[in-house]
Amino acid sequence: MLVTTPVIHVAHAAAGYDGRPVLRDVSLTVTAGEVVAVLGANGSGKSTLIRAVLGLVPLGSGSVELFGTPLRRFRQWQRIGYVPQRLGAGSGVPATVREVVASGRLARRGVLRPPGRADRVAVDAALHAVGLADRAGDPVSTLSGGQQQRTLIARALAGQPELLVLDEPTAGVDAASQEAFAGALRDFTAGGGSVLLVAHELGPLRPLISRAVVVHQGGICHDGAVPEPAGHHAEPDHDHVHPHGPEEPAGLWSS
Amino acid sequence: MSLFQYDFMWRALLGALVIGLAAPALGIYLVQRRLALIGDGIGHVALTGVGAGLLLNRSPVVVAVIAATLGAITIELVRARGRTSGDLALALLFYGGIAGGVMLVGLSDASSANLNAYLFGSLTTTSKTDLATIAVLGAAIGVTMLALRPALFAVCHDEEYARVSGLPVRALNLLLAVATAVTVTIAMRAVGVLLISALMVVPVATAQQVTRGFRSTMTAAMTLGLFAAGAGVWVAANADTAPGASVVLLAIASFLVVAVGAAGWRALRRRVAPADLTAHEPHEVVLR
Repeated sequence: MLVTTPVIHVAHAAAGYDGRPVLRDVSLTVTAGEVVAVLGANGSGKSTLIRAVLGLVPLGSGSVELFGTPLRRFRQWQRIGYVPQRLGAGSGVPATVREVVASGRLARRGVLRPPGRADRVAVDAALHAVGLADRAGDPVSTLSGGQQQRTLIARALAGQPELLVLDEPTAGVDAASQEAFAGALRDFTAGGGSVLLVAHELGPLRPLISRAVVVHQGGICHDGAVPEPAGHHAEPDHDHVHPHGPEEPAGLWSS
Repeated sequence: MSLFQYDFMWRALLGALVIGLAAPALGIYLVQRRLALIGDGIGHVALTGVGAGLLLNRSPVVVAVIAATLGAITIELVRARGRTSGDLALALLFYGGIAGGVMLVGLSDASSANLNAYLFGSLTTTSKTDLATIAVLGAAIGVTMLALRPALFAVCHDEEYARVSGLPVRALNLLLAVATAVTVTIAMRAVGVLLISALMVVPVATAQQVTRGFRSTMTAAMTLGLFAAGAGVWVAANADTAPGASVVLLAIASFLVVAVGAAGWRALRRRVAPADLTAHEPHEVVLR
């Protein structure tokens, strides 16, 4: 193909919850191979933006296209790997790391076909990429918060997507997990993958980001190079871990 | 053993075994979604179906399947909307269901013994037709729950992720709702409306005390369900107790045994492990 269609194309999107507008008029294009960070303060609407891109929040107005197809008619979900901030309700039944990661194969395999060799290989590769191969048989509830976040990233990678969409992947994650995560993302982009990620702070991801979009009060106020850290973020010893937050929050799966 | 010379006892045993396998296979998804008591609620709605069936001189079980299915779909639609009033809507459905059942049974010619059979189960009156219905529907539930495990696991584990994976989330949720209604109705024969949830939930709760993964929990829960159903009917036949209550009490007894055993094992390991650490590892190694 001579003209490459954008991976994500958002035009004049507005969205909100229960009539309360969060996004006002947002336009954003991500082309193949880009690593785009969506930055902004808490409550700025950056998470809502990527949830609207995935169809998890209905659009009030405007349009979203994924791989050149309007969201409403988009069916090639195996091309997208989604990493949520955390698991919603959690689970009452134990599940191993491998079982959670294996869910990532469903978009590619469908509901009815039983898992086969290709699925096992992809799950192994994804576990290896995030450095959790030795924990595959452990219940996810016994993992640290950072390891659980890596499990969710492995789940997305297992589907061998072309685009990763991540919601605050490094929030409250220990340094070792941040490094493991940055490594996995570097391998993914080296293979030609595109990334859209929401972040409060970039940390070790910073060298990977090709473009930053800053969301402020429901609109985009900056689109271009990664802005320099300001305030206490700029201090050399700032380690991108929130001093007021727990260093290692309670596990996503544990109560 | 004496009662097993009668055919009805064998039918009771077979019916109980099928339900013992099918109920936890479905129940594990309900537990995972923290809807452990939904089976109870759907049982209440099924009772209205029983009453309507008795009043109209139709097969109570068939009308109950229809009523329970409609109730389950309503509950699922309310749940999917995610309104805060969902809790209250469920309460209305549950109590409306049981009150409607009691009133309709009262209006019909059926005796209160008849109502008791549905409230607390009446395995020993299982006819050949009943057994065939239980076997076919139970096998269908079991096979579906096992075959669709990856997809149902994904939907119950993380519904938003399942939606972004392109899974037919609404269809799978409705499938679970209908399967719950069918399981409740066939289990009604064995343990009764008031004890149905126990067979769906207690074996799962027992299994997850000691298992590490979803698949192993499912296997263990189905084994435990099979054991509780078989042993419960055996106890009932020998001690002349109510089969439904015997099955449920055995399931709860296994839960207590496993819970106490697992807690004891953990305490033992904890007492051994730190002693090891302080004995063999000098502080320098611990601190690097």
